[in-house]
Amino acid sequence: MKILVPVKRVVDFNVKVRVKPDGSGIDLANVKMAMNPFDEIAVEEALRQKEAGKATEVVLVSIGPAGTAETIRTGLAMGADRGIWIKAEGRIEPLAVAKLLKAVALAEAPGLVILGKQAIDDDAGQTGQMLAALLGWAQGTFASKLLVEGDAATVTREVDGGHETLRLKLPAVVTTDLRLNEPRYASLPNIMKAKKKPIEEKTAGDFGVDTTPRLKVLKTSEPSARRAGIKVASVADLVGKLKEAGVL
Amino acid sequence: MTTLLLAEHDNATLKDATLRAVTAAVALGGDVHVLVAGKECGAAATQAAGLSGVAKVLRAESDDLAHQLAEPLAALVVSLAGGYDNLVAPAAPSGKNVMPRVAALLDVMQVSDITKILAPDTFERPIYAGNAIEMVQATDTTKVITIRSAAFKAAGSGGPAPVESVAVPASAGLSSFVSAELATRDRPELTAARIVISGGRAFQSAENFRKYLEPIADKLGAAIGASRAAVDAGYAPNDFQVGQTGKVVAPDLYIACGISGAIQHLAGMKDAKLIVAINKDADAPIFQVADFGLVGDLFTILPELEKAL
Repeated sequence: MKILVPVKRVVDFNVKVRVKPDGSGIDLANVKMAMNPFDEIAVEEALRQKEAGKATEVVLVSIGPAGTAETIRTGLAMGADRGIWIKAEGRIEPLAVAKLLKAVALAEAPGLVILGKQAIDDDAGQTGQMLAALLGWAQGTFASKLLVEGDAATVTREVDGGHETLRLKLPAVVTTDLRLNEPRYASLPNIMKAKKKPIEEKTAGDFGVDTTPRLKVLKTSEPSARRAGIKVASVADLVGKLKEAGVL
Repeated sequence: MTTLLLAEHDNATLKDATLRAVTAAVALGGDVHVLVAGKECGAAATQAAGLSGVAKVLRAESDDLAHQLAEPLAALVVSLAGGYDNLVAPAAPSGKNVMPRVAALLDVMQVSDITKILAPDTFERPIYAGNAIEMVQATDTTKVITIRSAAFKAAGSGGPAPVESVAVPASAGLSSFVSAELATRDRPELTAARIVISGGRAFQSAENFRKYLEPIADKLGAAIGASRAAVDAGYAPNDFQVGQTGKVVAPDLYIACGISGAIQHLAGMKDAKLIVAINKDADAPIFQVADFGLVGDLFTILPELEKAL
């Protein structure tokens, strides 16, 4: 079984982003980029499935402009076998991403697609579910455990108040939550090896997918800032202030 | 214009997020119909019918829907979509799971996690963990929207609106429910509580986390939350996590104990009306958003606070 792992290049999670003064978007000039942390968990999970003998090949796919290959390379250094880079400029919305991924999934015929539950840039949380819908496959979102057995996958999901476990017919789409695993660091020999692994280059046009955005972004602005308040000296002081404010 | 709202519920009662999503659905304009899909979900349907602003409740029952499986639930919503301009759900576990599937089946780009409605097709939503706000206009004829419940007030009571049964499409049987491990808690829902008290890694153990936070939560009738660090360390269950990828809360009072205040955590609580931070590090970023800060050791401060309440 092949596992397909879509990964997204995003602003590194440690970076505090800045809104452009003209409100036209986020200032991405000279900002450190990295693989979306949830996608890193997806790569790790695919590798663990392969190491457990449940999968034979881990294929990465990413959609984006120059620099995207670097993110694919990060996943190859973790241990994935090969990559597909779909070159695209501008804002590619989850629906268009899902359509492109569907085309890749039909060509590659994976048994599982594993991807992050959300990307930490647009925080949309849609791609996995949309891909499952377009393929007519089962979906297991927000996974904290994944067990592949024969033609089915058992997925434990994080829900309100605890966990639930579902059985999915394969092929299926699984989206990762934080607690699924802890991604490995790429070792130096693997980083060197990754340089020789193949990355196939495609364009959105190759798949006949229209990537024109459906949402118009009218403005991007700073959130209303919270001002730091005061430091109180004691618990009694704190309780007094809270009573004054009417919350106790 | 008519809006269909997919209710979040456990068959017996509606989740608080649903009540808040009703308020947002009403703000879109036009009639609001609420879809309660489940198994033996009559009580939840009756509750929905009694909410202010709800014109009609659609009740759908089947074995497949008992556990809100995404595939049959999405198929049901799509089967009803023809009569509606807007399909909405709270951005809560079931809504987040199902609505993108609905959107893709209808070839619509979903608008996720909206915090403000500026016009029937124009919304605000946070991006980058709430470090920026995007104003977007949806161009699809049908709008598929999830609603950040913390940004809207819960709908009051009204009605009662009529409850109609609707047919459930045949299941494709792609997934099945195996089991669930759900904790029953006496405390209010994290996203609905008036007061939330949260703990971070500074508690050092799960025992301390409970020992120091629970008595205060009991006295205040508060929900308990946690930072990602505390959840990762195993001090608190996963669904306690407040932040960008966990729960987003906007209580009247948020008490952050031993939480440094990473931007991912702030994303989940900075809309609280009043924030209190208790931390031994006077330079912790949490103090930059706190209305009242108390610097000191939480193992000394929290027992004192409990006594003072």
